[in-house]
Parts: sequence; structure tokens; C-alpha cells
Amino acid sequence: MQVQLNTIHKQFGSLVANDEISVQFEPGRIYGLLGENGAGKSTLMKILSGYQQPDRGEIVLNGAAQHFASPRQALAAGVGMLYQEPLDVPVFTVLENFLLGRAHDGERPQQSAKALTQLAGRYGFQVDPHEHTRELSMGERQQLELLRLLAGGAEVLILDEPTTGISAEQKDLLFASMRTLAREEGKTLILVSHKLDEVQELCDYAYVLRKGRLVGGVQLPCPNQELVDLMFDELAPRPARRQPASGDVLLHLQHITVRTPRLELEPVSLQLQAGQVLGLAGLEGSGQELLLRACAGLLPLSGGSLRLGGQPQPDWDYPRARQHGVAYLAAGRLEEGLIAGLTLTEHMALVSNAHGLLVDWPQNRQLAAQHIATYQVVGQPESYIENLSGGNQQRFLFAMLPQNLKLILMEHPTRGLDIRSTDWIWEQLDQRRAQGTAIIFLSADLDEIAARSDQIAVFSGGRLLRSVPAAETTADELGHLIGGAL
Amino acid sequence: MSLSKTRLERVWPLLPGLAALLVTTLLLLAMGTSPVDAYSAMWQGAFGTSARVYSVLAFLVPLLLAASGLLLTFKAGLWNIGIEGQIIMGAVAASWVALRVQLPSGLQIPLELLAAMAGGALWAALAGVLKTRGGVHEIFGGLALNNLAILFTNYLIAGPWQPPEGGSFRGTQPFGAHALLPLFENSRLSLLSLALAIVAFAGVALVLTNSHWGLRLKALGQNARSAFLLGVSSNREMLLAMAVCGALAGLGGGVRVLSWFDSLRQSISGGIGYLALMVVLLAGFRLVLTPLVAFFFSAVLNGSITLQLRTQLHSALGDILTGVLVLLVLLFGNYERVRRAFRRRRSQADG
Repeated sequence: MQVQLNTIHKQFGSLVANDEISVQFEPGRIYGLLGENGAGKSTLMKILSGYQQPDRGEIVLNGAAQHFASPRQALAAGVGMLYQEPLDVPVFTVLENFLLGRAHDGERPQQSAKALTQLAGRYGFQVDPHEHTRELSMGERQQLELLRLLAGGAEVLILDEPTTGISAEQKDLLFASMRTLAREEGKTLILVSHKLDEVQELCDYAYVLRKGRLVGGVQLPCPNQELVDLMFDELAPRPARRQPASGDVLLHLQHITVRTPRLELEPVSLQLQAGQVLGLAGLEGSGQELLLRACAGLLPLSGGSLRLGGQPQPDWDYPRARQHGVAYLAAGRLEEGLIAGLTLTEHMALVSNAHGLLVDWPQNRQLAAQHIATYQVVGQPESYIENLSGGNQQRFLFAMLPQNLKLILMEHPTRGLDIRSTDWIWEQLDQRRAQGTAIIFLSADLDEIAARSDQIAVFSGGRLLRSVPAAETTADELGHLIGGAL
Repeated sequence: MSLSKTRLERVWPLLPGLAALLVTTLLLLAMGTSPVDAYSAMWQGAFGTSARVYSVLAFLVPLLLAASGLLLTFKAGLWNIGIEGQIIMGAVAASWVALRVQLPSGLQIPLELLAAMAGGALWAALAGVLKTRGGVHEIFGGLALNNLAILFTNYLIAGPWQPPEGGSFRGTQPFGAHALLPLFENSRLSLLSLALAIVAFAGVALVLTNSHWGLRLKALGQNARSAFLLGVSSNREMLLAMAVCGALAGLGGGVRVLSWFDSLRQSISGGIGYLALMVVLLAGFRLVLTPLVAFFFSAVLNGSITLQLRTQLHSALGDILTGVLVLLVLLFGNYERVRRAFRRRRSQADG
């Protein structure tokens, strides 16, 4: 099936996720959709699969314009998407999940089971129709989901980062089945990925997105460098690097490990001086979030030790971190940080730490008004926080940070912000840095990491790959490291 | 156009009430009863004589106490279904003091009321600990504790606290006169308890609008994760909200045994806790509306007792009226939500 996406535009608030993107996919071929985090790949594919609706633009299948209000409609028209997290019901059996959401009236269970095993056999998958889905590995769940989409009549298959969390053998099996689907059955396959090697290995052609725009299409295989150049902005000439602060060691991590169900952080050791900025680079889910949250005391260390200002901190947790002057700003401002339904004044009163019984509303209103002026927030003391724009929410979050912090930990501090807000926020951070506050932040924006850090740590698959002074690395090197090409 | 829209919006909250009245009226007509007779009987039952008004007020006291407590827990995002059990345990604790302690009234009664508050608070804290430590949702923990409280009451009545003359009477022996709340003009109303209920409600109102604690509860209820990151100790505040709610509910239970009844009975609460949940839901968690709705419920339920005597209708009519009302308000009370749902339906029909 031939797929055309014409001038697809999608905006979330002030963030343009897809900016007039036009691409075309031909049957019998495997396409790669490349781009760094936040480039707009997932949004574009969610639009194609009916999960989200575009603000403008059209979807054309075999020459006929389509409008999908739901994934179900998209699948009925032949477009199926395999999400990063398969959409199955863990307590159902494999067979029940296979039949879920499809008309199978009058079909006997034995017939359905036979159809499932036959279909699976065609691609070398081994399934037991009566096993419970929760017993399956991620790779097996993916196979099941793929079979479900095929049985549902998918002619176009979208796979969103399918190789995260599956074994090497499962990956080989998956790629083999994708080749069969394209070459022998004439399906249209789209692989969404930021892993260059995989795309080079599997795909015939790659579209590259950057910051919501289509920046190019490349016949594969090609030199990795060509893709890296397309994926990442040319780094702006770096301002003369300030001499890294030569303060005392503030944070000392020794062989710390963090364990979560999804990912394990392998031992990390590093030191951070007062006034120093450490940027954490890597694909989303490579371990840098775990490190940041462990430093904030939000995730327990499963091994190693953390020292703050020379003092060992054996029982590190978030309330203790706050007491010691550590602040943490999460990526989701309204999920983890601000409270929808509370006004700016109420936020001020909440963090004011006053011990009196009753709130002094006039005083807090005045305080909120002061912060609004100082931090140039567009809003009123009585505004509900959720009605502010993302940039203004971020400014207000900074306004609520206590003075004299030792360490600020941030996830994507400027994601979705315009240039003015971004510069303003880093100005604020620089002032604090000058007073000796150390900063650790992670970002998907390599420009930001290269320009704002003293030291850069690159993560991949739960490992700290390399830690280099920012002055000694190049844009290329970072891009390659992140693409897993080095 | 926009003017008529805002006018519609303004009268919207009244519509579910009118609809509930309509449904009940149709029900009455279907049963062949004159609605006018039925409603006037209800009115007479609630406000016909001063004794009846006192009865409405006496029933209102525990209801308002429980509803005030629920305003706190709802604000913190907690569904304190266990409030029924907290009322019962308050009644049990007050009864324990009434049966086992002999003091002059001036000491006895405050001690009973304090015990009632402690009993309710402990029972609520138990549900809170189950949630914060055991990960048991407060709805399930609360329901289990409600049943336990009922079983415990039955055990006490049938066992250790059985009246000496034996078991046909489903309750303990009446408490001594010194242990009971002084009643107003031969009614079941204790003015002291009414004053306490009003003070409790005013206190809750002050906490919710003007205190740091109330603000922390609001933050927790709106977004527990953000509240934690902004330094609110979520477990402690949740437990405290539960305990204070339980104390108020327990006080209500104490008032039940010390004035409405004169002993611990089998169904000592009789669903006042669930009724209080309905009151707060119907009031939409709004402070000003809560006592008004509680009063309305108390009047309807008291009135329907007379209704049963006067007409041949069962007094459940009052329950039906309040039940339908709550349902309609929850379904259609929020103008914005109704409008959105309507729009969605229409756009689906178009597409």
C-alpha cells in the first residue's frame, strides 16, 4: 500500500511537533524514520496510525484521502502501529489478546488458535495460544502484537523503537520477519528509530526529522556521517568557555548503581565541584534519568555511595536532599512540580515554609506579585498555574526555588521553550552558578549540552560511556556517541 | 446567544434538583398517590411541629459532623468510605466510658465525647496506615473496617455488654442519666452537640480556606506527586486528615448513643456515614453548600417517616428522592462536562 503524508502539521501548545511534513512510503520497502528525541517522529506516526489527529494536512492511502478518528479506523484502512509498549492485556491469554478488537464472530476457539499458530509459523515466531500474556518477554509480546495487526489486515506496519528491551536473537527474528513482510508480501514497513546501525542494517531509505521538520531523505546504506549531519544541528560556535569553577568537591559518587524494572544503571563514579555544570547526554532511557533521580533521592541506590560536601549520606532520600539544599526539576512541569488547580499565590504559600497556623494571604499575594515581576512571568497572582504557557510555568518553577542551593538537578530544563525563555533560564542558572551552585541536567538537545556544560557524560544502555570536559569534545563526537556508532 | 448561554449556565445547578423532583413525582403518580399529599405530608413530617424540627436538627448533628470531616479527606484526595465504621467506633468508645466510668456529669460527658473522638480517629488512622504502609486503597480498607465495626458492636451487645436481664433487647442497657447529654424540651436534640457540630464545621471551613494545613491537603488532593516534590510530607498529611475526619465522625457516633439513643444499639449509625458521603458529593465539595444539603437530607428523611404514617407509602420514598437527586447531580450537575459530552456525541455522529 502506498502511503502519502501531505503537509502534516501538529502543535501542542507552543511546541510545534510536526511542521508541514510531507513524506511518501512505497509498498515492498522498509523505511527508517530517524531523528533525535523530540524531533517529531512519534507524533507523525501516531497521526498516521489514527492515535492523534493532525491540525492540518492529509493522509493519502493508494491515492485516496483518509481521515482517522481512532487507531481502529486506521487499522481497518490497513495501517497498524506497534508501540514501544505493546498494547496487550497482561491477564489475557495469547489467544485472547490476538482476537482482541477484531470481529471473529462464529469462529471457534480451536480455529482461531490454529490461525494464530499458522500465522506465527510463517514468520518463525513460536507462540502458545493458551499462555498468559504476562508470562511473555517483551520480544514475544511484540511478536504477538505484530501478528494481531497482520490478522487485522495491516498493509502498512509502523514499528516504534521496537528493539528497546528485547534480546539480540529476538531482534534478529524481528528483522527477518520485517524483511519477509516487505520483500515477499509487499507490505509497507516503517521503522522509527534513533539507532543508526539498525536503520542502516534493515532499511532501504531513511527520512530524517529534526525539531519537527523534515530535513532530508537518504538512500541507504550511506555513510553514518551523512545521517549524523542531518539528525543534529550544526553546533553554533561555542562562546569562549568560562574557566570551570575550581570550588571544593560538592558531590562525590562512588560506583553507584540503580535498579529499576526497565533498566539498570551500571556503576557510575563521578565528582562534581561547586559551581560546575554537568550535562548528561544520551538517548531517552539510557540511564541518565536514573542517575539524576538517584542524586535527588527519588530512586534508592542499589549499590555504591553518595557524598555531599564530603559527608557520606547513607540514608539519602528526597526530603533529606531538600534539607541539604538540593533541588530537583522534573521534565513534566504539571505532572511533577506544579499543581494544576492552585493559583500562583497558593503555590507561594505552599512553599513558603511558614510555621504559623494560618496563611497570610495578603503577604503571599505580594510575594507572588514580586516573583512575577522579577522572573518576568506572564500571569497574575490569582492565575491558575495550568493556564500559564509552558515557558511561564518553567519561569515560575524557577521563581519557587529557594535561594542558596547547593545543587540543582534538572530534566530537559528548556524543552518546548522558545529561544528567549531558554536564554533567560540559563542566565538565571549562571547567576546561581556564580554563587557556587552546582548543576546537573539532562537534555535531548545536544546544542544545549555542548554550550552549557563544563563536563559532559554520555550514557547508553544503562552505562556511562564516557565523561569528557565539554571543551575537549566535538559535536560530531557527541552525535556519534549518541547514535551508538562509536 | 452568548447571553442566553450564560443564563443557562447560571440556572444549571437547579436543574438536577427539579429533575429529581419530577422523577419522584412520576413515581408517586405511577403508584396512584397524589404528589401534593405526599409532599405536604413530608413537609409536615419535617417542620409540622416544633418537636419535629428538633428531630430534624438532632439527626443533622452527626450528619454534619461526618460531612465536615469528609470535606477534609476529600480535599486531600481520599475517599474515606470507612466513615461509617468511624462513626460506629466513636459510639462504641463513648458507650465504653458511659458503661464503665462513674463520674459527675460535668466530667463524665466530656470524657465520653473525647473517647468518641479517639475511637473514630483510631479507626480512621487504621485505614490510613493500611493505605500508606500496606498499599490498601482507602475504599477497600474502609469497607472492610466498616464491617468489622458492625461485627464488633454485635459482639459487644451479645457478649460482654449484654444487659443483665438477658438478650431479647438488641442493645446494651440504657446508660445512667448522668452519662447522657442533656436534651432540649423532651426531644432527642442536645443543644451542646448542635453547638459542637457548628464549631466543627466552622473549624473545618477555616482550615480549608485559610490554613497552611488546608493548603497542603489541597495540594495533595490535586497532585500528590508535585506536592511531594514541593516538600509536602504526603503520608503524614494523609494520616492526619483521616484521623481528624475520624475524630469528627466518632464524635457524631458518640452523639448518637448519648442523645438520639440512650444505649449502644445494633445499627447505631444506620448509614449516616454513607449519607454524609452523598451530602458532600451533592454539595460538590463546596463549603457553603454542605450544611445546607445536610439539613435538606435530614428534613427529607425525617419527613418521610411521617409520610409513611400518613399515606400508605413506604418511608423509603425519602431515600429514593435523595438517591435520585445525587445520581442526577453527579451525572449532569457539571455544566461544562455535560456540554463537552454532548459536543463529542454530535461530532461522532457527524464523522
